[in-house]
Amino acid sequence: MSLVDVEGLSVRYGARTVLSNVSLRIERGEIVTIVGPNGSGKTSMLRAIIGAVKPYRGRVTQGRDVTIGYVPQKLHIDETLPITVSRFLKLPSGATALDIEHALAQAGVPDLVNAQLSQLSGGQFQRVLLARALIKKPDLLLLDEATQGLDQRGSASFYQQIESVRQETGCAVLMISHELHVVMSASDRVICLNGHVCCEGTPAVVASAPEYRALFGTGTGGALALYRHEHDHGHDHTHGHTHDHGDHTHDCSEGSD
Amino acid sequence: MLDDFMVRAALAGAGVAIAAAPLGCFVVWRRMAYFGDATAHAAILGVAMSLAFSMSIFIGSMTVALMMALTVSVLSGRGYAMDTLLGVLAHSALAFGLVAVSFITGVRIDLMAYLFGDILAVTQGDLAVIWAGAAIVVALIGWRWSALLTATLNEDLAYASGIDPKREQLVLTFALAITVAVAIKVVGVLLIAAMLIIPAAAGRPLSRTPEGMAVAAGTIGIFSVIAGLRAAYEFDTPAGPSIVCVAALTFLLTSVFRNVRA
Ligand SMILES: Nc1ncnc2c1ncn2[C@@H]1O[C@H](COP(=O)(O)OP(=O)(O)OP(=O)(O)O)[C@@H](O)[C@H]1O
Ligand SMILES: [Mg+2]
Repeated sequence: MSLVDVEGLSVRYGARTVLSNVSLRIERGEIVTIVGPNGSGKTSMLRAIIGAVKPYRGRVTQGRDVTIGYVPQKLHIDETLPITVSRFLKLPSGATALDIEHALAQAGVPDLVNAQLSQLSGGQFQRVLLARALIKKPDLLLLDEATQGLDQRGSASFYQQIESVRQETGCAVLMISHELHVVMSASDRVICLNGHVCCEGTPAVVASAPEYRALFGTGTGGALALYRHEHDHGHDHTHGHTHDHGDHTHDCSEGSD
Repeated sequence: MLDDFMVRAALAGAGVAIAAAPLGCFVVWRRMAYFGDATAHAAILGVAMSLAFSMSIFIGSMTVALMMALTVSVLSGRGYAMDTLLGVLAHSALAFGLVAVSFITGVRIDLMAYLFGDILAVTQGDLAVIWAGAAIVVALIGWRWSALLTATLNEDLAYASGIDPKREQLVLTFALAITVAVAIKVVGVLLIAAMLIIPAAAGRPLSRTPEGMAVAAGTIGIFSVIAGLRAAYEFDTPAGPSIVCVAALTFLLTSVFRNVRA
């Protein structure tokens, strides 16, 4: 069965609907990326998957014994809480010293084992968060803008690491990213979200969908054109679509309310 | 040995310090400082009710403290600001408690004893209650430690690991109610919050891990009890406040230590 099965999900904060009727299914080993403008409900989507927000309608089903590794979009560590990186990596269920050393080395920050969490730089902290998400050997990695604050090399090696982890452990990845050119080359599937699913499918399909263009304009066309050139372009436009185009283009450009 | 009132006082204080240490750390980390205050204030209403219905003061204050804590937990999810909520509940509970006490005729109670506690009057029975309460609190927090810590760091990280932060919050709330109920006779309502927060805050600069901070808080708490009692004996000062004074001085000292080290 699927790792996660989201059916007809709607999410509300108070009286405000931020996600409506979203369906999504993640299978073992695939890399799926969610793109969408600020405030389009991407983070809310991941939070619904982990159970931090209750669906207003629809449901979220996790496969049996699915371990989730989660990198949140923001995480504030209170100064009053003393905690070293290695203690953090052991939360909540423990990890061996060897695992920790390995995970930090993989994340490119081998020297931080005994550093205080609240004293890390933004990029270092992001790498530690990733190390923690990976240390449990998750079946599904949920990454909410996980490369924010990483330098160029860090970001590149981050995506390499994701790829190699996937090949090693077969884990699936559901990530949110604004780095469209990377998204387009690193994902199996792209979901374009704006309060609902605007369009989804392989990167090539999404990149050429009018709904996507309506949201991101043609400014990103360069990277996409390049991508389409390098990859096959024989895709059917309507692949992965469940609704008709005209409606969606309209909805998408309207914003998330 | 337990015949000596000083020994009983020290043991009672140490029991409270041990329960308050890990709990106080969470209160500090979660910025719930006034939660302890509010729960403690509400306990006065519990004392009044216990006297009115002649049941044990422990049960009465425990019940009210628990109800208060649950009310806060529930309401805080409904869009009220936490400090406003705590202010309203704490002061109204205290006021209702004081009014309720005035209705009780025939029983003369020394309210001061519950506001400030009377550690030198602790009986062997009280000791048993305090240590049983402390054991329950430490066991409860020890059992939930990792989950509580994860939920304190970040609720979403907790959810992702299959931990329900709301349930962990309830565990904390429950432990807080027990601590208030057992400590009310010893240090009194006004000083419970001090025993929760000051040793934990004093332990912060000395620690690198959460566990380290809990141990430091416990050590500082026990030291404050012993040194405070000693000072009270020497200088003939009130015992409860003397204990808190020692804790406060320790806080000052460790804060300086942090600045020197940094
Ligand atoms: N806890 C909350 N309470 C109320 N409204 C919220 C809450 N979290 C998010 N929202 C609202 O829900 C909408 C979607 O937010 P969400 O964080 O899911 O967007 P996002 O797609 O992740 O945006 P970004 O790209 O900026 O991270 C926003 O309009 C936001 O204001
Ligand atoms: Mg977001």
